[in-house]
Amino acid sequence: MVDFLATYLGTPVLIVLHIFAIIMPLLGSVAYLTYAERKVIGAMQMRRGPNVVGPFGLFQPIADGLKLFLKETIIPTGASPVVFLAAPMLTFILALVAWAVIPVNDGWVLADINVGVLYLFAISSMGVYGIIMAGWASNSKYAFLGAMRSAAQMVSYEVAMGLIIISVLLSAGTLNMSAIVEAQQGLWYAIPHLPMFVMFFISILAETNRHPFDLPEAEAELVSGYNVEYSAMPFALFFLGEYANMILMSGLATILFLGGWLPPVDIAPFNWLPGIFWFSLKVMALLFVFIWCRAAFPRFRYDQLMRLGWKVFLPGSLIWVVLTASVLTLTGNLPE
Amino acid sequence: MIVQALAFYLFATVAVLSAGMVITQRNSVHAVLWLILAFFNGAGLFVLTGAEFVAMLLVIVYVGAVAVLFLFVVMMLDLNVATLREGFVEHVPMVVAVGFVLLAELLVLVGGWAVAPEAQGVRQAPTPDLAETPNTEALGAILYTDFLYLFQAAGLILLVAMVGAIVLTHRRREGVRKQRIPEQIARRKEDELTLVDVPPRGGV
Repeated sequence: MVDFLATYLGTPVLIVLHIFAIIMPLLGSVAYLTYAERKVIGAMQMRRGPNVVGPFGLFQPIADGLKLFLKETIIPTGASPVVFLAAPMLTFILALVAWAVIPVNDGWVLADINVGVLYLFAISSMGVYGIIMAGWASNSKYAFLGAMRSAAQMVSYEVAMGLIIISVLLSAGTLNMSAIVEAQQGLWYAIPHLPMFVMFFISILAETNRHPFDLPEAEAELVSGYNVEYSAMPFALFFLGEYANMILMSGLATILFLGGWLPPVDIAPFNWLPGIFWFSLKVMALLFVFIWCRAAFPRFRYDQLMRLGWKVFLPGSLIWVVLTASVLTLTGNLPE
Repeated sequence: MIVQALAFYLFATVAVLSAGMVITQRNSVHAVLWLILAFFNGAGLFVLTGAEFVAMLLVIVYVGAVAVLFLFVVMMLDLNVATLREGFVEHVPMVVAVGFVLLAELLVLVGGWAVAPEAQGVRQAPTPDLAETPNTEALGAILYTDFLYLFQAAGLILLVAMVGAIVLTHRRREGVRKQRIPEQIARRKEDELTLVDVPPRGGV
C-alpha cells in the first residue's frame, strides 16, 4: 500500500484522499455551525433554538440540507442561465480550494507553498465574483443592488486586510503559513499586534458579509440581497460557501494572530493535547464571536461602513505597518 | 514532466480560447467574465514556470481588483448592440486600412528584431536558484536594492495618477449632511440636556 502510494499513479490517489480528509470534516463543521449559530442566538435571545428534530435538535442541519436538496431548482425567466448557475458553484468552490494551504497541525497541510498567505488573499479576493455574477444574472433589482453593495464592500476591506497582513509578515519574515505559526512560538502575534487583531477581525466580518456588515443581504431593505432569486441547491451552495468562508477566515485569523496549532503555554498539561485540538478550539472561539456580533450589533449604514473601511482602517493599518517596520529595524529584530 | 506539459496545454488553450471569447461575445458582461478566466489561466501559466509570487499578484491585482471595477462599470453601462452596430458597413474600409498599417508596422518591427548576444546572460544572472531562495525574497532583494529609485518612481507616478483622477472627478456639493462621529462621541449630557423643575401650572 505504502509502495503504491509513492508511485506515479499513487500520488493523485493520495492527494484525492487528502482532499477528502479536509472537505468531509469541513462540510460537517459547516452543517453544525448553522446549528450552533441558531442555538447560540437562541440562548442570547432567551429562546430555545432548534430542539425538535432529534435529541436537542441535533439532526436539524441534516433535515435542512435534505429539504434544500429535494426542492425544485427555479431559474427565473429573465435570468442568464449559465452565469446564474455558475455563481453559486464559484462561491462554493472558492470556499473549499482555499483550505489547501491552511495548516491545521504541524505538517497537516495539503499544499505547503511558499506564498500561502498570498494564495489565500487571492482566493478570498475572487469570492466577490460569485456574488456579483449572482446579482447580475438574476435580472432583479434587489439582487443587483445587493451585489453592488457587496462588491464595493469586499474590495474596500481587502485593502485594509492586506496592510494588516503585512505587519504580521514583517514580524514573521515569511509568507508560508506553517512558518508563520512556528514564528509565534512563545508569543502569539495577537499580543504585540493587538490593535491589528481587532481590526482584522472586524475586516473579516465585512469580508464574509456577516453582521453587522451584512448590507448585501439586508433583509429589511433588499429582501435577501444577491441570493433572492435562488432556490434549492444553488441557494444551499451559497449558504454553504458563506459558512465555509466564515470558518476559513477564522482559521486565517487563528494562524496569523493566535498561533495556529500551538498550545497557549508550552508546558506539561497543555502540550499533551494534539495541535489540531488547539487549532479547532481557537477557530471555534472566533466563530462564537462571529455569532455573538450577529446577536449584539445593529447593522451599519452603508456610508458608515465605507467610512470605517477607508478613513479608519486603511490609515490605521498603514501607520501600524510603518510602526512595526521601524520598531523591528531599530531593535534589530527584523527577520532575515 | 508529462503532468506539467498537460497542465501547460490546458492553461494555454483555455487562456487563448477565453481571450477569443472576450472579443467575440455580444454581451459585454460575459466578455468581462471571459477576460477574468483568461487572467486566471495566465496566473496558472506563471505558476508552471515557477513564478508563484507574480502568479498570486496577477490574481490579487487583476482578478481581484481591476476586473471587479471593469465589471462594475460594464454592468452600469446601458449598451445597445443594435445602435453600436449602426454605420458598421461604411466604416469598414477605414478600419481595414488602419489594421493593415498596424500589421505592416508590426511585421517590419519583428522582421528587423535582433537580440543582443549578451542579453541571455543578463537575463539569467539575477535569477537565483528557485529551490533555495523563494520568489518573494528574490524579487524583494532586487526591487528594494538595485532598482529602488525606479520602483519608488513607479509608485509616485501611480500616486499622481490617483490624485489626478480624484481631483478631476470630485465635486463639492452643497447641503450634504454628513455624520461627524467625533462630535457625536464628544457630546456630554451636561452640554445637551437641561433639567428644569417645572412648577405645576407654571409652564417653562
